Amino acid sequence: MTAPVEAPVAEKSAEASAVEQREFDRLIDADMRIEPRDWMPDAYRKTLIRQISQHAHSEIIGMQPEGNWITRAPSLKRKAILMAKVQDEAGHGLYLYSAAQTLGIDRETMFEQLITGAAKYSSIFNYTTPTWADMGSIGWLVDGAAICNQVPLCRASYGPYGRAMTRICKEESFHQRQGFEILLELMRGTDAQRRMAQESVNRWYAPALMMFGPPDEDSPNSQRSMAWKIKRFSNDDLRQRFVDMLVPQAEVLGIMLPDPDITWNEERGHYDFGDLNWDEFYEVLAGRGQANAVRVARRKKAHDDGAWVREAARAYADAEAAERIAS
Amino acid sequence: MTSPGDSGGRETWPLWEVFIRSSRGLSHVHAGSLHAPDETMAVRNARDLYTRRAEGVSIWVVRASDITSSDPDAKGEFFESPQGKEYRHASYYKESEAVPHL
Amino acid sequence: MNHSNHVVSTAITAESIADSSVVAPEPVAQYALGLGDDALVLAHRLGEWIANAPELEEDVALGNIGLDLLGHARSLLTYAGTAWDKSEDDLAYFRDENEFRSRQLFEQPIGDFAVTIARQLIASVYFAELYRALSRSEDPTLAAIAAKAVKEVDYHVDHSAQWLRRLGLGTEYSHERIQRGLDAMWPFVDELFRADPYATELDGIAVDSEQLRAGFDAVVPLLIVDAGLVVPSGAPAQGGGRLGLHSEALGPMLAEMQVLARAHPGATW
Repeated sequence: MTAPVEAPVAEKSAEASAVEQREFDRLIDADMRIEPRDWMPDAYRKTLIRQISQHAHSEIIGMQPEGNWITRAPSLKRKAILMAKVQDEAGHGLYLYSAAQTLGIDRETMFEQLITGAAKYSSIFNYTTPTWADMGSIGWLVDGAAICNQVPLCRASYGPYGRAMTRICKEESFHQRQGFEILLELMRGTDAQRRMAQESVNRWYAPALMMFGPPDEDSPNSQRSMAWKIKRFSNDDLRQRFVDMLVPQAEVLGIMLPDPDITWNEERGHYDFGDLNWDEFYEVLAGRGQANAVRVARRKKAHDDGAWVREAARAYADAEAAERIAS
Repeated sequence: MTSPGDSGGRETWPLWEVFIRSSRGLSHVHAGSLHAPDETMAVRNARDLYTRRAEGVSIWVVRASDITSSDPDAKGEFFESPQGKEYRHASYYKESEAVPHL
Repeated sequence: MNHSNHVVSTAITAESIADSSVVAPEPVAQYALGLGDDALVLAHRLGEWIANAPELEEDVALGNIGLDLLGHARSLLTYAGTAWDKSEDDLAYFRDENEFRSRQLFEQPIGDFAVTIARQLIASVYFAELYRALSRSEDPTLAAIAAKAVKEVDYHVDHSAQWLRRLGLGTEYSHERIQRGLDAMWPFVDELFRADPYATELDGIAVDSEQLRAGFDAVVPLLIVDAGLVVPSGAPAQGGGRLGLHSEALGPMLAEMQVLARAHPGATW
């Protein structure tokens, strides 16, 4: 239940705080859920707000690279599917903003953080979508990576987050299939279409792998998030899992993954794969990706342009409420 | 700390909690929340947001600020009464276990 | 007990029409083509709001309306295409501007939210009247398409009406914007209710557009006045959409819509 959160009581005895910390730890260790009005350490609350809101921002920003192709979708069926997919993403953002709000932050503040750059979003969406095949690659690779990340989050310790993620995961599998089938159609099509598909995968493969975040030893936040059961598996574990799934899927597509070092390692029971260019990741993260400025500017514009509409609706609601009280 | 959904802006829409009954015979279950300027738009937005995959036959929306919840600090006392009253559960009655139709 | 509310859809869709062996008679196909174009052009315009709407919830709402209309378009175009062995995509992507039969209201640019709501109000009430009448068509496919559409379009009318009130009665600024939106869209109302050249000879099958005006006039002016706004007056636009005559807005819209499909003629996606 997402009841409004009240300000934490200022003065609590040391003993009372210790009791609460023990209870929190007990719930975490027992794999039980923390709910909105439970006591939680400030750092846990802050970490969750950061993680959930950034996840929400990613969904919303993610609407743009794909939305780019709605008006040019080459068949009416693909147009409908793409519209539905992008709509789902708006919905996912909304579920996540709702979950974040239970922690005491409001949507307007989160939007401001996004627009000023105080909050981040997944940098995968700072890449552009120059070809239709990118709709396939985004579905197959980007959503595929997101699913790997998200399924474990369905068991995140914070109740509203886990529940939002469960809803999202149900809808996400449609997204990955949609992308896969776009690529499948292209690979069964003309030479030009096959080239389009391969060229697109060449661009999206490495960035998708980097979605899992830097190698474990370079990830400071990960250790604590794992202790709090907000994060369930390490970056490298998830990345490996993802590659293992991709290889057979690529074979079905007849597409080459652009990594000559991919080989089955019998001993490990996994695919070995080549090193990633983390310099590029940090460049994009720092705002020097292809579309960083554009993504945020577009979001800001939609929000600013819509202010008068939101204001009108609010004014109308207030007037109606006043009338009801008066009558 | 201001309550969620109200940053004081003239345009901010309040927060609503959404409850969906997915099919006849079930209760309404909390599905999440959304922003809407009033209850009329809230129930419509809830329909758009939470029932795109035919997941609902009935929608309730409640202004988040109208929800009263039990105080987690009072958890112990508030929910103490059922403890020790196992006789309210059928499993307490061992002698009846093997008796047909009981 | 499994309480999943999985609905097995028996609703008519483009796929179900294509999979059936139904073939539209030539004059019915010609008629359906115009109706399909109306829905397609407006669906495309609504798609332009995605990631741009005033609030995320509204992004979802406009997207839903666009998807409903796209569904109507796909069914109507698929049905029309059966007469000529053409698919919905053949028709949508490989006809030129002067072969499109859509009436000019639908191709108008989305403008701001007020323009969009003004146009959507007019369009939705028109569609509600049209599909209600068409659901009684003697052509079973048209009747089925219309029957499904009526339920969806009634919701669109409600959505537009709710926003009309909020903008009309909200703030001075929103009041001015929505009035301007109505003024901009009103010249295109008249064309909706002129005789459809492809409906003549199709008594009992097609809907006589002129008959729909009374229903429209019974609803829309009242909604406008109740929202504190003024029903616009002034000369109607020349129109001619059913004859392939369009405003300058349609050309660039189709150029964008068709560019990729046309770059790969014969390809499937």
